[in-house]
Amino acid sequence: MTTTSPSMVHIKTTVNGQVHELLVPPYMSLLDTLRELIGLTGTKEGCLDGNCGACTVSVNGRIVDSCLVLGAEVDGKEVDTIEGMATPEGLHPLQQAFLEEAALQCGICTPGFLVAAKSLLDNEPSPSEGRIRHWLAGNLCRCTGYDKIVRAVQKASTQ
Amino acid sequence: MVATYDAKTDYKVVGTNPIRHDGLDKVTGRAIYGGDVTVPGLIWGDVIRSPHAHARIKSIDTSAAEAMDGVYAVLTHADFPVVDEREIEAGEDIVNLKRDQSNIMADDKVHYKGHVVAAVAAVDRNTAQEAASKIRVEYEVLANVSDVDAAMAENAPIILESLVGDHLGEDVPNTNIARIFRHEFGNLEQAFAKSDLVIERTFSLSMVHQGYIEPHNATVIWAEDGNITVWSSTQGSFGVRAQTAGMIGVPETRVKVNYVEIGGGFGGKTKVYLAPIAALLSRKSGGRPVKLVMDRTSVFEATGPAPGGKIRMKVGVTREGKVTAADTDLIFESGGYPGSAVGAAAMCVFACYNWPASRITGYDVLVNKPKSAAYRAPGSPQASFAIESVVDEICEEMGFDKIQFRLDNAAHEGTRRGDGVQFPRVGLEECLRAARDSDHWNSPLGDAPAGKARGRGIATAYWMNGGGKSTCDLMLQDDGTVMMNEGSADIGGTRVSIAMQAAEVLGIPAEDIRPSIPDTDSIGFTGVTGGSRTTYATGLAAYTAAHLLVDELKDRLANLWETESGKIDFADGVFSSDGQSIGIQELAGKLDPTGGPVTSTASVNPSSAGAAYAAHICDLEVDLATGKTDVIRYTAVQDVGKAVHPQYAEGQIQGGVVQGIGWALNEEYFITDDGAMANRSFLDYRMPTSLDMPMIDTIMIEVPNPLHPYGVRGVGEVPICPPLSAVVQAIHGATGKRYYELPVKPGRILEATNGD
Repeated sequence: MTTTSPSMVHIKTTVNGQVHELLVPPYMSLLDTLRELIGLTGTKEGCLDGNCGACTVSVNGRIVDSCLVLGAEVDGKEVDTIEGMATPEGLHPLQQAFLEEAALQCGICTPGFLVAAKSLLDNEPSPSEGRIRHWLAGNLCRCTGYDKIVRAVQKASTQ
Repeated sequence: MVATYDAKTDYKVVGTNPIRHDGLDKVTGRAIYGGDVTVPGLIWGDVIRSPHAHARIKSIDTSAAEAMDGVYAVLTHADFPVVDEREIEAGEDIVNLKRDQSNIMADDKVHYKGHVVAAVAAVDRNTAQEAASKIRVEYEVLANVSDVDAAMAENAPIILESLVGDHLGEDVPNTNIARIFRHEFGNLEQAFAKSDLVIERTFSLSMVHQGYIEPHNATVIWAEDGNITVWSSTQGSFGVRAQTAGMIGVPETRVKVNYVEIGGGFGGKTKVYLAPIAALLSRKSGGRPVKLVMDRTSVFEATGPAPGGKIRMKVGVTREGKVTAADTDLIFESGGYPGSAVGAAAMCVFACYNWPASRITGYDVLVNKPKSAAYRAPGSPQASFAIESVVDEICEEMGFDKIQFRLDNAAHEGTRRGDGVQFPRVGLEECLRAARDSDHWNSPLGDAPAGKARGRGIATAYWMNGGGKSTCDLMLQDDGTVMMNEGSADIGGTRVSIAMQAAEVLGIPAEDIRPSIPDTDSIGFTGVTGGSRTTYATGLAAYTAAHLLVDELKDRLANLWETESGKIDFADGVFSSDGQSIGIQELAGKLDPTGGPVTSTASVNPSSAGAAYAAHICDLEVDLATGKTDVIRYTAVQDVGKAVHPQYAEGQIQGGVVQGIGWALNEEYFITDDGAMANRSFLDYRMPTSLDMPMIDTIMIEVPNPLHPYGVRGVGEVPICPPLSAVVQAIHGATGKRYYELPVKPGRILEATNGD
């Protein structure tokens, strides 16, 4: 028997509730799978080495840096991205709070912060300031100094 | 002549906090940034970079890359046209086209590690990467210089052999010092002789990076008719147009730059790195759209950091607490090519005080590190660190109150900056008084937990703010909505702050203005979003265009009302004359009989802008066993002129403060002996995280800028300046030691406190 690496990997994954069946190159990150193959560019590339958090998405309810996960790894899994956060009924309270509290400046880190903050509030509805700062420490923002981001999460957590 | 205004006081829109127009797209992932751009038929480019800090390129073998399946084009410097040493303005930098062309792709020498040597275009990103890795470059490695002392030493390796230095007006070949210049007034010797105390210190700083989260990117099509279309993350589309056209040798008007959202810049995205490469790759690939996205290592190694260097600082005072004289040498690293922020540093360094005599000597010095670029108030943070550290030391030595001493010597209206510029109305004294009266300054520092020590620091700073060219078009719609085109890249909420100024004139809600940022073919020239100029200058264009719109509507209404336009008043969105009145939005639907749609356009070019001053207070705690520092309370006082959108004005201050704290405590280019940056990732180049920071309190003082009808001053840059010294003086307060080298990282604190 010979072993050859396949040129493409067949996956079936659910992204924001919609099933996608794809052939992905074995080296392709989840980030590029989302951006290049599915066309969801709301997840951002900042560093490609898991240090900025701009590419944060949720896989089976757990947040990951999608630049450090292979597209092939999400076969059979549920992926949630920034594009799935608002519903036909309106924005998620975090999105609304980010707007009202001016918690974004350039906005490149915003999708990652929102996805990360949502996963915090999904599990802990009323986190302390310290807990928010600790949870979001994997997401870098260079514009805001974090003050208004933390306040926006605090605001959303009381709603 | 410079127009001056008595600022309006009764605002309806200015001073409120509407939700920014582009906000929804940015919280839902819809906003299109440069890296998100895709075009039918898109192919990808990649580059190879020098592994050496200083080397001569002996040969480049591209044959293996060219032979690969899926490769469309390979590019070296030989593919670039020969351009003259022409200088063009690029916002906060001057760009020398020939040298910048060599900076974005090396000619016969590499000047720093990470310097681009060749590029490829291929069917996808992975193939492009693989092809680039097959390019073979033979180097003759040269001795490198990685700091200003080594660069200025006798017999130092010469980095740019064609450079003729300008040393106080004298042409000097074979040098790494590109420029020495001096600003001097008063009799320095006599003034120092009248001093009761003279302190002289030398400070060292490392390069630091702007640290924007979005890497540089460019997508370019060079079509068969010679027209070039660019999408690229930038602080100014017209700057991309000028630099790209200049480096590839085509007329500027052949290049159209489409606006894309920008993921942070802080000065670093006024420079162009990728668009000319993508353009030439596109032409060599038969007009295919070519996209390049930089990786993070390359952003650190090869895009503009802020200069490090050395600052010698000598200051005299009398025992009565008046400054007598100041003398400084500002020795800044320009990086691999000439042109650091030392010129701006020289304008800022002494601008907080009213000196009887001063001398400022600036040195622009090449080193084998990336070419420096603008970073938020370029040059001022370094200068503020040095002068404010010496002032702090003087105050402690002489027993002066640190705020009263600054008030007694503060620059004010009529004071001359060190290079001769005279100030109009400025707000430094107001900032200092607000700091003195603040809750923070009047609250005790509190006791540190066991094993820790607390300290408090205060520092001030100045930034001159920019004016310059901006354009705004307004188009009134039948339903009373006003479409707005303006040319400024929106990095932090300027669509809304510009729209609000038009809304204020028109007396309509900010939400009824719909701002767009068009491509360079579709809007009048507008300079970069930099120099804290955007809300000021593009806002002035919006204000002016709104007044033109009102004037036109008065003419139209004069027809309808059968009166003269001069007899029609306009206030708070309502036209009135002889007992008749109509709101502007109601009138909008009735214009057809008067000649159809009403539009206006305004271009402005304010030559001066009105200075920004800030005073910051920092409390922190040092762990005496580990040297780790935690900022526990921070208050930034700043004269903002008039906060158009207070939330976003405050956000600028908070963001600048945290960058300044990072500069003081953590951030540096750690350079190895062979000239490589050792900490070239976000993991190792440690920028502040949410966990490191407290809330950042602000006190916004509004001393109206006489150069703007609403008193607006630039806000964005000066807040990065005071933290360097405020933090370090607070560490001095906690540890009892003085620190003259940045960053004051745990190791430096432990070295200083060893045995205490």
